[in-house]
Amino acid sequence: MRREIPIIITFLTGFLCVVAFFIPHPPFGGLQQRFLIWYAIIAGFTMVLGLDSLVKYNIKKIVQRKQGWQYSYVLLFGLVLVLVTGFQSWFKYNTPFELRSSFMYSYIHIIVPLQATMFALLAFFISSAAYRAFRARTFEATLLLIAAAIVMLGRVPIGKMIWDKIPVLSDWLLNIPQLAAKRGIQIGVYLGGVVMSLRIILGIERTYLT
Amino acid sequence: MKLLDRLANIDRRLIFLTIGFVVAIPIILKLKMPIRISSEVRSAYETIENLPGGSVVLASMDYDATSAPELTPMFRSFLRQCFRKKLKIVYTGHLAIGLPLAQFDLDAITQECNAVYGEDYINLGYRPGYTAVMIGIGREIRDFFAVDYKGVSVDSFPIMKGVHNYNDIALIVDFAHGSAAEYWIQYVVSRFGVKMFACVTGVMAPTLYPYLQAGQITGIIGGLQGAAEYEMLVGQPETAAFGMPAQSIAHIAIIAFIIFGNIGYFVMKRKK
Repeated sequence: MRREIPIIITFLTGFLCVVAFFIPHPPFGGLQQRFLIWYAIIAGFTMVLGLDSLVKYNIKKIVQRKQGWQYSYVLLFGLVLVLVTGFQSWFKYNTPFELRSSFMYSYIHIIVPLQATMFALLAFFISSAAYRAFRARTFEATLLLIAAAIVMLGRVPIGKMIWDKIPVLSDWLLNIPQLAAKRGIQIGVYLGGVVMSLRIILGIERTYLT
Repeated sequence: MKLLDRLANIDRRLIFLTIGFVVAIPIILKLKMPIRISSEVRSAYETIENLPGGSVVLASMDYDATSAPELTPMFRSFLRQCFRKKLKIVYTGHLAIGLPLAQFDLDAITQECNAVYGEDYINLGYRPGYTAVMIGIGREIRDFFAVDYKGVSVDSFPIMKGVHNYNDIALIVDFAHGSAAEYWIQYVVSRFGVKMFACVTGVMAPTLYPYLQAGQITGIIGGLQGAAEYEMLVGQPETAAFGMPAQSIAHIAIIAFIIFGNIGYFVMKRKK
């Protein structure tokens, strides 16, 4: 029964959601809305699970002195800091998002600069990777290289300053060859998605139970 | 020939240093460049321009600080355009860590435009559930957002009077650095027929062109270039327009490195 009950729940939920899409009238429309609300509530609880898992993993790492255990202290400190400032701001201002709150202070002065710095580093690594990877080794690689250079120039003002047809060429590349490939890939992906959904609803695909 | 050989193996620290310089110098020198307005950005701008005053626009903040340089200028220009047009903004988001960032800009622009909370705009906050929330709003927004981000009942605000589902929303604008824009199109636009345009990072923009060409969205504002174009259209160029010379010269530097690498590669290949 440990396998059958989840499969029955999955089948009924999936089937009702498909029916509600075509018949959004009572009782199906209401049922679907109820399922969506349940989904949102369950999604909220998954964050608690994630928190539990994160704390346990990092405490274990510190206790066992695994490689990089010192960073776990930083992570746990950050976690506690955000929780404490979040709750303190919530009690004081009814929301953590009040600009004068301690949560927003830590958000603007710690989280934002850290995230921005991490992402800004990408500019350097992408430049280095482009230099190493974009080699005209084959005909296809050469085509890719030329297309990338045109789009890179066409998407910035200097492209038009060099030659006014570069943005036109860039738009053509984005709107014709790029779209053709993209559509082909997307149609394949979504057909695969439909097939996988049907397999899950009908109980053929059961790997999610393990 | 030794120099040509070296071109194939430039020290990556030199690449890092060059990129650092070419980004910093145009910003320090405050260089300016003419900005061409693309059809997809103009179309997004005109979508808002063509809305009658008082229409409700749903803005979804699905980005965080990692993409702020690209998306924040779009959001600020969007707020200015909407408030000038006397449109009502209902705003939410599917990225818990991103919403406070939007709050920062929202506070600044609402003060600049004298917009009143609860009348001209409302912050509904974050709810977990992602696509479930998107679809659920199609029936009744209060099923997911009974209160605003401060826990006050949404029915106590004039802006929410008569706003129940997508029939009452004239436009959706998604500010996203991930797949959120695609989800809005697939789960909401195609199902409920509501108008939408997307403000996304440069990396994500090509993903949305099929939807633009199919007429499922009315425009794309993509990357720093798109943000700069939008700033120009709204008439208040800020950080995006200011950043375009740096991005332009950085692109030239990357292309130069690629050319050097290929010269070195062919020289070494010929030797072998």
